[in-house]
Amino acid sequence: MAMYSTNEFKSGLKIMLDGDPYTIVENEFVKPGKGQAFNRVKVRNLKTGRTIERTFKSGDTAEGADVADVELQYLYNDGEYWHFMDQQSYEQLTADAAAVGDAAKWLKEEAICQVTLWNGIPLSVAAPNFVIMTIVETDPGLRGDTSGGGGKPATLETGAVVRVPLFVQSGEIIKVDTRTGEYVSRVKE
Amino acid sequence: MAANLWRPQAELSTLRLRAELLAKIRAFFAARGVLEVETPILSAAAIPDPHLASFSTRYSGPGPLDGQTLYLRTSPEFSMKRLLAAGSGCIYQIAPVFRLGEAGRRHNPEFTLLEWYRLGFDHHRLMAEVAELVIQLLADRLPLATEVECSSYRTLFHRYLQIDPHRASVAELTACATAHGVSIPPGMPVDDPDPWLDLLLTHCIEPQLGQGHLTFVYDYPASQAALARLRPDDPPVGERFELYLNGIELANGFHELGEAAEQRSRFERENAERQALGLPVMPLDENLLAALASGLPDCAGVALGFDRLVMLAAGTDSLATVLAFPLDRA
Repeated sequence: MAMYSTNEFKSGLKIMLDGDPYTIVENEFVKPGKGQAFNRVKVRNLKTGRTIERTFKSGDTAEGADVADVELQYLYNDGEYWHFMDQQSYEQLTADAAAVGDAAKWLKEEAICQVTLWNGIPLSVAAPNFVIMTIVETDPGLRGDTSGGGGKPATLETGAVVRVPLFVQSGEIIKVDTRTGEYVSRVKE
Repeated sequence: MAANLWRPQAELSTLRLRAELLAKIRAFFAARGVLEVETPILSAAAIPDPHLASFSTRYSGPGPLDGQTLYLRTSPEFSMKRLLAAGSGCIYQIAPVFRLGEAGRRHNPEFTLLEWYRLGFDHHRLMAEVAELVIQLLADRLPLATEVECSSYRTLFHRYLQIDPHRASVAELTACATAHGVSIPPGMPVDDPDPWLDLLLTHCIEPQLGQGHLTFVYDYPASQAALARLRPDDPPVGERFELYLNGIELANGFHELGEAAEQRSRFERENAERQALGLPVMPLDENLLAALASGLPDCAGVALGFDRLVMLAAGTDSLATVLAFPLDRA
């Protein structure tokens, strides 16, 4: 993999630190009046999502991380692994629970997801920003309430639970923002 | 976006502020009888400090320098000292300077230094004059106390890190950095404390300095004396100072070293360090060394980052906002 000098550091650059892939969030050049210059960088661990600060002597290098974001179609879950397919090459890739993480509850078969690959293996999976899902269970709400105030929990076909307005009923199809986990609207079939 | 790159980055009001501050600086020195000078940007010699990288170019044309490498100055210090040795008296210069590799929120590879020299001053007396000028320029633009803090380098390391910067070993400095949550850069030297002191200074101390008031740091470790004279205390210290305001380094000054032999041996040491680091060795400024040999009057000098001063006056946090055309638009 390529080596990157601190001169090439910028947010979004993927580098290896202590055997883990990281993305640079912020890069600051600091130098005392006279003497050694440093690059203070904030980096996010692409496996854990944790952000830490690291310092490099200016001019030093870091190894690049072979990390790429690709769009893959979600196929199915075999109980242990989630299977995805590259729609161009038809190549299939499997992701483990650590990689899928919280996205699992939003994954519906055939959904197109952004998958981050590290050395060709799924490192993390991002659900589509919006998903359309059927409500499989929710308490019958009060008739005539259209305000949506308060709301009630509703279980979706993937098992995810979201708060929906009282007027939304079992069997209805809704749109959810997966980034916030919030109900957006009902969807007509 | 790219279509707008022809436009200045700085607001026109900021450019007017630059001009106003320059006029005030010239009035300040005119009132004190300090002479404005201009010296060349290009020189056949360059500063060997391994932490400074000079731009270079090649001259071709009439004269003996045809085909020779010339360096763009990183500060006007050497040529101004030649004027001092030639009897100029107190002088100042508003000097465009150039440093390779320095770019960031508070660095641009070309910037403007206000540099001045005062005969008969030591570094403490010059600090007082720097404070007077800076307070005069900034007082009506940001909250700035008229009381000035002056702390030795050693006092600061005691206060913020409970360590003696003149005597601590590399192992102690490493432990101190770790204890203060500083990430240790790969490849730090095991035998040279200076990069460790720089690491601690930039990460743990500088951001806290000069909050709402001017903070001068003086008497640096002898190994960081640069062009300052040494005072034979125990341990010896370099009579050098730095000025900070709101965590930003604004100026660096020296009680100037006048001994040609000592200056030559420092340059040679720095060139040896360059060689060890795989950096190009710089041609020494023999004109400066000859001027020192002929006698530099006892003086103190300081270089103040004019763009950073404007940045503070404008109330912004990045150098690009006070430059008409920073590097990416130059």
